[in-house]
Amino acid sequence: MQTGNAMSAASHARSVTEIQQAHLDEAERLMTVCNSCRYCEGLCAVFPAMEMRRAFATGDLTYLANLCHNCGACNSDCQFAPPHEFNVNVPKVLAEVRNDSYARYVWPGFLAPVFHRNGLMVTLIASLSVAAFFFGFAVWHDPDVMFGVHSGPGAFYRIMPHNAMVAVFGVAFFWAILAIIMSCVKFWRDIGEPSETLRDPKALAGGAHDAATLRYLDGGGVGCMNESDKPDDNRRLFHHLTFYGFMLCFAATTVGTLWHYALGRDAPYPWWDLPVVLGTLGGIGITIGPIGLLAAKFRRDPQLMDESRKGMDVAFILMLLLTGITGLALLVLRATPLMGTMLALHLGFVLGFFLTMPYGKFMHGIFRGLALVRYAAEKRRHLG
Amino acid sequence: METPVNFDHPYDVLVVGGGNAALCAAIAARRAGASVAILEKAPRFYRGGNTRHTRNMRCAHDTATETLSGPYTEDEFFDDLMRVTQGQTNQPLARMMIHKSKDMLNWITEQGVRFQPSLGGTLSLGRTNSFFLGGGRSMLNALYRTAEKLGVHIAYEADVTDIEMDGQRFVAAQVSTADGPRRLAAKTLVAAAGGFEANIEWLKEGWGEIADNFLIRGTPYNRGTLLRTLIAKGMKQIGDPTQCHAVAIDARAPKFDGGIITRLDCVVFGIVVNNRCERFYDEGEDIWPKRYAIWGRLVASQPDQIAYIIFDAPSLELFMPSLFPPVTGQTIEELATRLALDPAALRATVDTFNAAVQPGEFDDKILDGCHTQGLTPPKTNWARQIRTGPFYAYPVRPGITFTYLGVEVDDQARVQLAAGGAAENIWAAGEIMAGNVLGRGYAAGIGMTIGSVFGRLAGEGASHYANR
Repeated sequence: MQTGNAMSAASHARSVTEIQQAHLDEAERLMTVCNSCRYCEGLCAVFPAMEMRRAFATGDLTYLANLCHNCGACNSDCQFAPPHEFNVNVPKVLAEVRNDSYARYVWPGFLAPVFHRNGLMVTLIASLSVAAFFFGFAVWHDPDVMFGVHSGPGAFYRIMPHNAMVAVFGVAFFWAILAIIMSCVKFWRDIGEPSETLRDPKALAGGAHDAATLRYLDGGGVGCMNESDKPDDNRRLFHHLTFYGFMLCFAATTVGTLWHYALGRDAPYPWWDLPVVLGTLGGIGITIGPIGLLAAKFRRDPQLMDESRKGMDVAFILMLLLTGITGLALLVLRATPLMGTMLALHLGFVLGFFLTMPYGKFMHGIFRGLALVRYAAEKRRHLG
Repeated sequence: METPVNFDHPYDVLVVGGGNAALCAAIAARRAGASVAILEKAPRFYRGGNTRHTRNMRCAHDTATETLSGPYTEDEFFDDLMRVTQGQTNQPLARMMIHKSKDMLNWITEQGVRFQPSLGGTLSLGRTNSFFLGGGRSMLNALYRTAEKLGVHIAYEADVTDIEMDGQRFVAAQVSTADGPRRLAAKTLVAAAGGFEANIEWLKEGWGEIADNFLIRGTPYNRGTLLRTLIAKGMKQIGDPTQCHAVAIDARAPKFDGGIITRLDCVVFGIVVNNRCERFYDEGEDIWPKRYAIWGRLVASQPDQIAYIIFDAPSLELFMPSLFPPVTGQTIEELATRLALDPAALRATVDTFNAAVQPGEFDDKILDGCHTQGLTPPKTNWARQIRTGPFYAYPVRPGITFTYLGVEVDDQARVQLAAGGAAENIWAAGEIMAGNVLGRGYAAGIGMTIGSVFGRLAGEGASHYANR
């Protein structure tokens, strides 16, 4: 990771490091091998997309890598998988190229090293964020405010004023969105797909459908492999819980914002009110989902994984989990003296999550979605 | 779920082998109520013999299905079989197998095997052949899962070295295992242990010393030990011991288990020379799928069992790449040097060929009639001058897929005795008896049909006998 790290001014993507190049070389070898076999073409989108090509440039490999959902089916179906001497390990090698791609397209580019020890970085940012809220609240308030019992509309804002919350989270959120968009531009240019595809409603709908249903996380219908060559995987269920839980939390925040500005109603809201119902369901999703994903990750056959980047995956999952747990705890404890503490914890994790969105595993969903949009377009072009 | 074989306990049915035929037999026997043990010689990863390299099976069907593009009647299947074997088949047995193949698509799906429509490069088989989703190893994994779920006991790295007989009755198998030699008694034996293509010494009996230069497309575990044992114990042998299915594969492939990705589909686009730079056969005789299986034998009869497919830049992207990139040279002479061939001789062969090429409209999708004149041997289709560098070559050697020698069976898959009549409690299925149906030649997917149909028959027959 140390060499060749200089960013060329003209390039939209960061230049490739030696280790990234080694991953790309191996991916190119595998795609050539797989293209002369094609037994796996019914399993997912990767192999049909591969068959549309004869040679594999860096952009092609990055695209294929982000199309791969790491379901593992091709590994247990492959007659040439390790320990075979041909050492065909598509899930692992594409995971490596995929994980490299998050760093290569990061914006601003000088932040690429945050992907080097990503688990540590994410943990640090989350801890600092939580600590900042505690410190801020402690400096701001007397202990009897921080540990007092607050109730009724505006209770939260007695701990942290609404405008201060909006300022902190607004800035963090818009920075994250900007950084993600800039990364996507780099990614899209590098895989070599014209920008018109992003204005093609059929491609967008196709990609959105395949992403929303996790169509390719099922081994072509047999199910995914996790611990062995048996379809013993339930990651699709837990990923759905996580993803839709996350979307519900996002919806809860949006509705809350509407309530605040449009209806002039202040949080906390009663348990039956829409922001709380959405947030509670979402919080349950991003609690159970990550627990399931985490358990699956630690049971997973190491042959299928890029173990060097396990820290990044785990940190992201834990961040979601802690956001969910602290959110639910805040709901339960909001009428007790612990409300201030839970608010600091919850806001700390939410801010940490926002800040690290463009700089961690969150990007997998964005690039995967874009890859699926391209695949939808490509499939139609290819089949006419 | 994975239960090892208990060697201290006699089983109703002992299945020797671990491929499609063995698993179909084991599952059928278990479903019919028998206790079943499978002894697979290979380690778990390499289990399944040639099945792990297969991709589809050929079954008769009267209508199109979700994955098959049209009907394929029993008569058409039979005609195809007669054509590829040039009549060298046991016709009643073949008709029985083809009839039973109809139900096989349902039965095998019930055992967990999934199919997909044929795509891309295999469209020509989309009507006749059912493609396994994920290929042969995926199909095997499904069968193993089902067998394990049903309670079939399985031992890997368990090599049956001998069998004990009491007259015409099988009694027990001698097994070499990781824990030393063991004996396993069973009421019946299903022999589904494949052919002997990985046994170079045995291949030499038919081919002579040149067999040392053969590459084996499947695993090193197809050694034919059980086949040899059965013949030695008085079972009736069938099929030509010198026959095997051989194709030309990349000479740089490993000795064993190079599988599908070492195959080369570019013979028709160039010329093929031996190591004396001489051409030796019409490269454009017919479309490649109809001719690819003769080239193993052709290369086997060349000096040192090696040949070189030579072509030029315009042909490079007309066929699928394979495991190894072609050897490249900017000139014919440079290419020859890289191949350790005589540059002047290769130049002369290419020049002679180029001079003989007649004008024509090249079309790689049809028999285009582009041919040579006054050249021996001629090239009768797709003859284009080799003149635009860079020039490319693939070295090729005979790649052995499977052998034809087997034991004779009847229409219940019971093994026949050399002295006449059937062995009392021995059945056979798969490549070990494929020669009954497939005396020579091959058509895609027939090996799997033989394995599944006779495997199921053998398993049901053995279970019925054990519980009679």
